[in-house]
Amino acid sequence: MIYMTRLRLLALLLLCLLSSAASAQVTIPDEPSDDPAVEERLARLSHELRCLQCKNQTLADSPSSIAADLRREIRTQIKAGKSDEEIIAFLRQRYGDFILFRPRVRPTTYLLWFGPFVLLAGGLFVLFRYVRQRRDAIAEQPLTAEERRRAEEMLRS
Amino acid sequence: MRYLIPLVLFLVLVVFLAIGLTRNPDELPSALLDKPAPTFRLPQLKDPAKTFSADDMRGKVWVMNVWASWCVACRDEHQYLGGYAKSGAVPIYGLNYKDTSENALAWLDELGDPYVLSAVDSDGRVGMDYGVYGAPETYLIDKSGTIRLKHVGPITPDVWNKEFLPLVQQLNRQ
Repeated sequence: MIYMTRLRLLALLLLCLLSSAASAQVTIPDEPSDDPAVEERLARLSHELRCLQCKNQTLADSPSSIAADLRREIRTQIKAGKSDEEIIAFLRQRYGDFILFRPRVRPTTYLLWFGPFVLLAGGLFVLFRYVRQRRDAIAEQPLTAEERRRAEEMLRS
Repeated sequence: MRYLIPLVLFLVLVVFLAIGLTRNPDELPSALLDKPAPTFRLPQLKDPAKTFSADDMRGKVWVMNVWASWCVACRDEHQYLGGYAKSGAVPIYGLNYKDTSENALAWLDELGDPYVLSAVDSDGRVGMDYGVYGAPETYLIDKSGTIRLKHVGPITPDVWNKEFLPLVQQLNRQ
């Protein structure tokens, strides 16, 4: 019990430290645009993009400061009339392919895209071969006359 | 023979996982490596009337260290930076990232200032051009203004001696 409370205290302390550290950071609040079309495009784009800090979150979901900065930048670029491709090119140039949640199909990602299908094909091949081998192994062997006689005897009794 | 295939598969898995363990998942491949360092002109932290630009550094090998007073790992790194700067191997310039100038100046007062100067990137826009996603990040830029090395996270003496110094010496000879 004592151990538990200590752990909780530590967690609380850490939380305080982290939040105080974060509060000192310059964060510019999100200012949604009045134009719903801009916000709609921002939402669509930012669901496709990875937050560099938290990695498993999209730019849309992440509360981190860098995600807010990138959302702001994307909004600015949408307002400036940039196309989705131009905005994604801008981000890829700075942060690389890592920022895309859907990796591009290119030689370095072939394994990622096609690997599962190769594994599936390999699995099916092994399965078929195994089944065929077993079928051969347990091929029906006709009874000899003596065996048939004994079987009939047993059935009769 | 029957157990050979699973054994081989297992060993292959072990090798892959072992390689995976030696990698730092926080370190992302930099998209800017061997690309020209993005240009900028920003006010200097200690003398806001003056500016600093990456273009001012043409013809020199230099290091740009992205730091902030709110960044816990930067404090960790700071204890080493003074020594690196004093060694005179390469000039270290700071990019004060998403920070307030009061906090940044207080931080330098408290811990010492290893930088030739620090440029103020209060909204992080220049940091974005450099692909910064978490301070501290450090760039080594060559005489032609090309980024030759990027390190994310504190530069420990190990990283400095094994990654930075050999490359600095090589770039200075060019």
